Amino acid sequence: MTEQALAFTLPAVRSRQARIGRVALRWGLHAMLVLFALYYLMPLFAMVTTSLKSLEEIRTGSLISLPRQITFDAWRTAWSSACTGIQCEGLRPFFWNSLLMTVPAVIISTVIGAINGYVFAHWRFRGANLFFALMLLGCFIPFQVVILPMARMLGLMGLAGTLPGLILVHVIYGVAFTTLFFRNYYITVPRELVRAAKIDGAGFFRIFWSIFLPLSLPIVVVTIIWQFTQIWNDFLFGISFSQSGSQPVTVALNNIVNSTTGVKEYNVDMAAAIIAALPTLLVYIVAGKYFIRGLTAGSVKG
Amino acid sequence: MADWLERHVPKIIVAPTFAAVLVFVYGFIGWTAWVSLTRSRLLPNYEFDGFIQYERLFEAARWYTAMNNLYIFGALFIVLSMIIGLGLAILLDQRIRAEGVLRTIYLYPMALSMIVTGIAWKWILNPGLGLESMVKGWGFESFSFNWLVDPKMAIFTVVLAAVWQASGFVMALFLAGLRSVDEEIIKAAQVDGIPTWRIYTAIIIPSMTPIFLSAFIVLVHLAIKSFDLIIALTGGGPGYATDMPATYMYTMAFSRGNLGQAASSAVVMMMVVFAIIVPYLYSELRAKYD
Repeated sequence: MTEQALAFTLPAVRSRQARIGRVALRWGLHAMLVLFALYYLMPLFAMVTTSLKSLEEIRTGSLISLPRQITFDAWRTAWSSACTGIQCEGLRPFFWNSLLMTVPAVIISTVIGAINGYVFAHWRFRGANLFFALMLLGCFIPFQVVILPMARMLGLMGLAGTLPGLILVHVIYGVAFTTLFFRNYYITVPRELVRAAKIDGAGFFRIFWSIFLPLSLPIVVVTIIWQFTQIWNDFLFGISFSQSGSQPVTVALNNIVNSTTGVKEYNVDMAAAIIAALPTLLVYIVAGKYFIRGLTAGSVKG
Repeated sequence: MADWLERHVPKIIVAPTFAAVLVFVYGFIGWTAWVSLTRSRLLPNYEFDGFIQYERLFEAARWYTAMNNLYIFGALFIVLSMIIGLGLAILLDQRIRAEGVLRTIYLYPMALSMIVTGIAWKWILNPGLGLESMVKGWGFESFSFNWLVDPKMAIFTVVLAAVWQASGFVMALFLAGLRSVDEEIIKAAQVDGIPTWRIYTAIIIPSMTPIFLSAFIVLVHLAIKSFDLIIALTGGGPGYATDMPATYMYTMAFSRGNLGQAASSAVVMMMVVFAIIVPYLYSELRAKYD
């Protein structure tokens, strides 16, 4: 009897322990995930709360405490009157500079990348592989190795310190990436399809126009997001090739934060940083799926 | 004529890009390499003068610090980002209901400019008003966290911020890798009663070698190019304690007016990148076209 009972209860006890173990594991798992979520969110949280506090409250309060009294003064200052060196017009003019620089550079580099990628995927010619390899290697060079001659070249072309100069630079060094994106996407289009179209008498542009272009929406979105993020966030080219009137927003932001005149206004710094980050954050939130695809496509080689 | 045009149109289309790559990438590299072999100061001087700039470079204490920082930063940044990225990817792979939200949270720093990241962490690590004073405010009066102004520790603040920014990206790479492992093999292993952790260590992770490799390449690339983050977070300081090759090059080029040093440091940076990238690209391209 007792033996029977034992034989009967033991598995039940064991399975209950196993279940408790599983539940505990599940909870531990979630706790870890939430902890990491807090780690990633904390800096953004601290930036937002700091930007909404008065300087007085920043000095007396703590880093992550909520503002007792929400004020948007810092945001107003950051947008229209913070000083970037001698100029005190806030981020506004530089924000527009960034927009005027980013939009054309993104469009031009995407268009060139699409047509280049089409050639590399389906119109092989002698030397195409070598050229492709050379271009791929160009994606990886540290830009430090080209900024000195680039500065001189822009000077010779009369584009030093101008927005068109910056656009040119971003297009030149962005095309390798956009070509790579489009080529990797177009290579999945069956060769037979292209061959059949050629037999039917369709030419280079016709095939691109009526077969490839209609398929391209996803990769166009990925490329635009990638280029937009890269160019908007660029600092090295911005600081190397711009003058006080043509600086992109990242450079102006850095100047605001590092300008040493007067009292350090942390709330203005934070508001300015958020303003500069908003466009790319917005793109990420709206089109996160494509953003991730671009990141992985950009890194997972040719 | 039309026929000739039709046959050559692909070449004509890529010709401008070809020319641009030749001039703006390889030509410019050549220019920089040449200037690194001259005594150029504020203006380039094209008179060949041997390896004097490299000798000076490797004798400079500041360059030594910069390279040292690059090794410390690079090693910690890469290892920590990989560990956190892989760990988070495995945790997220356990059929978590809120996966979408969590993934979005883990990855958003990658959308930010390094300048923004630097400014945010500079504020958090501010000894007087940031984390330190917050913890002190909780009653831990002796708590001290002044890495940002400590020359010995400042480089680790750069690691902290960079890992914060890039680890979510590594997570996304690994998660995609985990999802691409053949379901059938995993199911077969589960049927055989192999514990989950063994399935990961013996089957899934070994099959992701290519992803480790590409994550490594991207992280190396980010580490060597790290410039914005240093400028925004520490400005290379205290002193030049957190200088890196990228900031050294910039200082020489634009504030010291020493083109020779700037060019030679840029060339060394490129060599370091190529030493890692070229074998990788070579094996990738060969695998593809063989």
